[in-house]
Amino acid sequence: MRPLDPRLMRYARSTRGFMIVAILLGVVTAILVILQARALSTVIVNVTAHGFNFAEVGGLVFAVAALIGARALLAWATEIAAFRSSAAVKEELRTAALAHALALGPNGPAGTDPAGVTTLVTRGVDALDAYFSRYLPQLVLAVIVPIAILLTMLGQDILSTVIVAITIPLIPLFMILIGMYTKSRVDRQWKTLAVLSGHFLDLVAGLPTLKIFGRAKSQAEAIAAVGDRYRMSTMGVLRISFLSSLALELLATLSVALVAVSVGLRLAEGQIAYGIALFVLLLAPEAYLPLRLVGQHFHAAAEGLGAAERIFAILETPLPTSGTSEMPEGSVTIDVDHLGYTYAGSEVPALAPTTFTARPGTITALVGLSGGGKSTLVNVLLGFLAPTMGEVRVSECPLADISTAVWRSSIGWVPQSPVLVSADLNVNPTIAQVVRVGMSDATDDHVRRALSDAGILDEVMALPLGIDTALNADGSGLSRGQQQRIAIARALVREPRVLVLDEPSAALDIDSEDAVVAAVREAASRGCTVIVVAHRPALVEIADQVVRVGTEVLA
Amino acid sequence: MSPVRALWKAMSAQRSELAIAALIGFLASACAIALLGTSAWLISRAADMPPVLTLSVAAVMVRAFALGRAVFRYLERLLGHDAAFRGLSQLRVSLYASLEAITPNGLARFTRGDLLARLGADVDTAVDLPLRIVLPWAQAILVSIGTIAFLVWLLPAAGVVIGIIVLLALTLMPWLVGRTAAQAEARLAPGKAALANAALTSLSASPDLLMLGADGRALAALRSHDDKVTVLGRRESFALGLSGGTGTLLQGLAIIAALVIAIPAVVDGRLPSVMLAVAALLPLALFDVLATLPGSALSFHRLRGAAARLDEIHAASVDDGASPLVQPGAFTGLVVDNVRARWSGAQSDALAGVSIRITPGERIAIVGPSGSGKSTLATVLMGFLNYQGGAVICGHEIRAIGGDELRERVGLMEQSSHIFDTTIAANLRLGRLGSSDDEIWTALEEAQLADWVRTLPLGIETEVGSFGTRLSGGQQQRLALARLLLAQRDLVILDEPTEHLDAQTAEQLDRTLISATASRTAILITHRLIGLESTDRIYVLDHGRVVEHGTHDELMSGTGWYATNRRRQAEQRSMAELIDRLPAGIGVDVPPLARG
Repeated sequence: MRPLDPRLMRYARSTRGFMIVAILLGVVTAILVILQARALSTVIVNVTAHGFNFAEVGGLVFAVAALIGARALLAWATEIAAFRSSAAVKEELRTAALAHALALGPNGPAGTDPAGVTTLVTRGVDALDAYFSRYLPQLVLAVIVPIAILLTMLGQDILSTVIVAITIPLIPLFMILIGMYTKSRVDRQWKTLAVLSGHFLDLVAGLPTLKIFGRAKSQAEAIAAVGDRYRMSTMGVLRISFLSSLALELLATLSVALVAVSVGLRLAEGQIAYGIALFVLLLAPEAYLPLRLVGQHFHAAAEGLGAAERIFAILETPLPTSGTSEMPEGSVTIDVDHLGYTYAGSEVPALAPTTFTARPGTITALVGLSGGGKSTLVNVLLGFLAPTMGEVRVSECPLADISTAVWRSSIGWVPQSPVLVSADLNVNPTIAQVVRVGMSDATDDHVRRALSDAGILDEVMALPLGIDTALNADGSGLSRGQQQRIAIARALVREPRVLVLDEPSAALDIDSEDAVVAAVREAASRGCTVIVVAHRPALVEIADQVVRVGTEVLA
Repeated sequence: MSPVRALWKAMSAQRSELAIAALIGFLASACAIALLGTSAWLISRAADMPPVLTLSVAAVMVRAFALGRAVFRYLERLLGHDAAFRGLSQLRVSLYASLEAITPNGLARFTRGDLLARLGADVDTAVDLPLRIVLPWAQAILVSIGTIAFLVWLLPAAGVVIGIIVLLALTLMPWLVGRTAAQAEARLAPGKAALANAALTSLSASPDLLMLGADGRALAALRSHDDKVTVLGRRESFALGLSGGTGTLLQGLAIIAALVIAIPAVVDGRLPSVMLAVAALLPLALFDVLATLPGSALSFHRLRGAAARLDEIHAASVDDGASPLVQPGAFTGLVVDNVRARWSGAQSDALAGVSIRITPGERIAIVGPSGSGKSTLATVLMGFLNYQGGAVICGHEIRAIGGDELRERVGLMEQSSHIFDTTIAANLRLGRLGSSDDEIWTALEEAQLADWVRTLPLGIETEVGSFGTRLSGGQQQRLALARLLLAQRDLVILDEPTEHLDAQTAEQLDRTLISATASRTAILITHRLIGLESTDRIYVLDHGRVVEHGTHDELMSGTGWYATNRRRQAEQRSMAELIDRLPAGIGVDVPPLARG
């Protein structure tokens, strides 16, 4: 992990502004630190060596107080800037990640783990607060403050400057060297820690099974034993990896001690002034402090950077390419020509070469075993996957040349498990809002006609609020069959030229099945090109053409 | 008891080790303060140009303190981590025990998807309690007492005033930081929840939104949620940033107090002049130690959320009251007589008077539409759900037999049995400890998984991956079947083991289930009706009642649910067989198919 990932600058431009502010504030902080040490040492020397009374040094004491007040304000300002930039950076990363994940569609992270991506862009990026407010400003200080102090000390005492100048670069050097030595071991250890956590969660997830077999209680000992084993091996690694902080602390404290003893002894021999000696003593620890704090905040920062890294992984996934041409006018004939798809890194094709022509006004049923390639074929048709062999032609025009957005606007799609949302992602969308996702400016009449075409209008109008009935967020309250038909209405309201329907594999009630069959027939009779993924006989029976997707030879 | 205290109790086996770590940590901090104090004295004393020899003790001490600080810190971290890991292990064990007590009915709400990950993260966060909260606080308090005591001895007035400022730093500063963080979080929470909700909705609906051309509108909605959170976040930055300045401010206050009190004391001779630098620099060093506390307060704040969630688990575990339990006798069959059962929180009975019977060696099937109470009956027979009416097995009511004793007699195969992240053999031995390899192979043979296992280079020692992901769905269920067969229960219940499988895999597994239970007493719960001819009796459940029962032939002679659905499934089966005969990968017109 790099302390300052250049990708953070690229994807979140607010980071650049913050770095400039942090550097400016860092420079002022360094100056204040030096002035405070100067003022404090002068006060002490004036009283101790020159016998001034309080009235004579009062002005300087006040100056120390003012400097400290200014430092406190500056620290506050730095944190305010940090939290504000952090808020901006988080929004930039969140928006970019959500837009990209959404655009990647069902084959991207949104399709495989929507809850994980949500956690990442909400709780995950929140960890960046610590990175911005604690780690990054400290990192800037760790560069600026030692340099400023060295320059100041150079004007005071060469020997102390040399001690500090030699040891300070050794600290990051040692950190890197020891870090490199222990990194692979530490990484391996974190992996075993993850295994430990996994073992615990595995047992918790399997508790019902353990209980059925009467093994639940005895596993508690296994958890303790495994925990103990991992603790011992982890401690073995920590003994070494903590050496890096030991070396760091040793260097920092021993060089302060060296500076103190060296100026002390030279002071006793009159080779150096008391004021300079005290000033140098006050400055030396300040040079090491930011470096030590950087190490302390590393843990908190790593979490935020880890989240950022996972967001970059999403952002760096290339989007499927889209053509630019318009759709041919009129009804649509779809030629699927030796179409095949093999996932990268896989040897077995997910879709074996398939050829058929779907004509306007006809119904094509895709059948075959699950895992046989039906969904892959549909994914290619919808533009979510680019085929690895063969091609699809839409009324003689290669699908690859047509703009994906334009192509999709002519399709009515009914997924196997439709998610009934409104376009504004309302928690409780009404039935009308759900249908209007298909066409934002549909009138109530349009909506009713679509519901009627989908064979569900009567059931909807029987509800007290009719099409303004609010649905539960998870679509519950409606049966699977009713949800399916609302999704059909949502597709039909677009007056599509192509209808693609993925039949639910779970059993529907007979009324729903009949209504779906009627709606599909009706769409075809109006000249729609209909392609259905069929799991049950009813839809196969009304098809004009059946395509078995798959290559298995069965007895 | 507050959740954090409960957490502390649950993971504090190694209090003595932690106490030693805190003491060593105190020594490390004390060395840091003494290093600066001694250096200040050394320089002030040297300014009087005494013989160098008088300084040599101080010079040695300065170096010793420097060495001590680093070495003590290293030891503290080692001991602290060791104690923390022990505590964590102990916490896992106690959490597991609590979860075990509420299995299976209360478990679901803690183990669903995201929550399981959250449980893992919360347990990992708990390590902060000893490492980032208890240890820093213990040594901060100890070292503050030590330094203040020294200052009181040196110059009582300075000691008292600085003591008060340090007290503020120990109380006000962390309180302020923790409170502002909590307040900001509370104000941000509704907006964040709305954003998370909208994000999850849009991501789960991504194909729907893209295909309907609504992705742009959805993004705009997300954007407006996001804007609200960001604007609020900016507003909170003033409060959240306070922690940065407070430490510096209090440190400055202590230094100024030291100067204001000590300078007059030096002028009128109450304080030796060499000690002025010491008095002014000690607070400086002390506050460097206290600087870790705001961060620790934030850890505490984060820990509170985790502790509350973990406490919920401990609180949910209720002792099911040890009623006098009987030892089950020999297995003579099962008689279920007018059993009623209701899930907690439900409005109506899931079982509304069910009667079934099974004698040793018999195989019966329980079928019916989904939601008819089939799985509830399995739950009652496993002793996981209370019931009214009679359910007698091994000579006693199920409710009178201890759960573990009951489940030594009755075995269950679930819809999706959990496969543990270990080897095939270890997964099977869960059924019966100490099974020989031969017995394992026999069970695999019966579950018709042996041929496949033989093709694996490591055989039964093959790792199956987390949640059995290296196995297909069908293989996972066959493994679960083998495990159940190995356990040799008197009665086995198969609760829709093919539910989550595709049609062809389900059909193959159906055949295995029928053959593997041939010589056993078994209850097959299913909605797949092909192949039930060989069972002794079939019960059809609907709305928690038995609506039909009899042999396959008896039921098929009527026109009830079984006959209707069985015919329909047979039609589907023959249609599927027709489809299987079609050439793959090419369009076929329907007329030839219909003639097929």
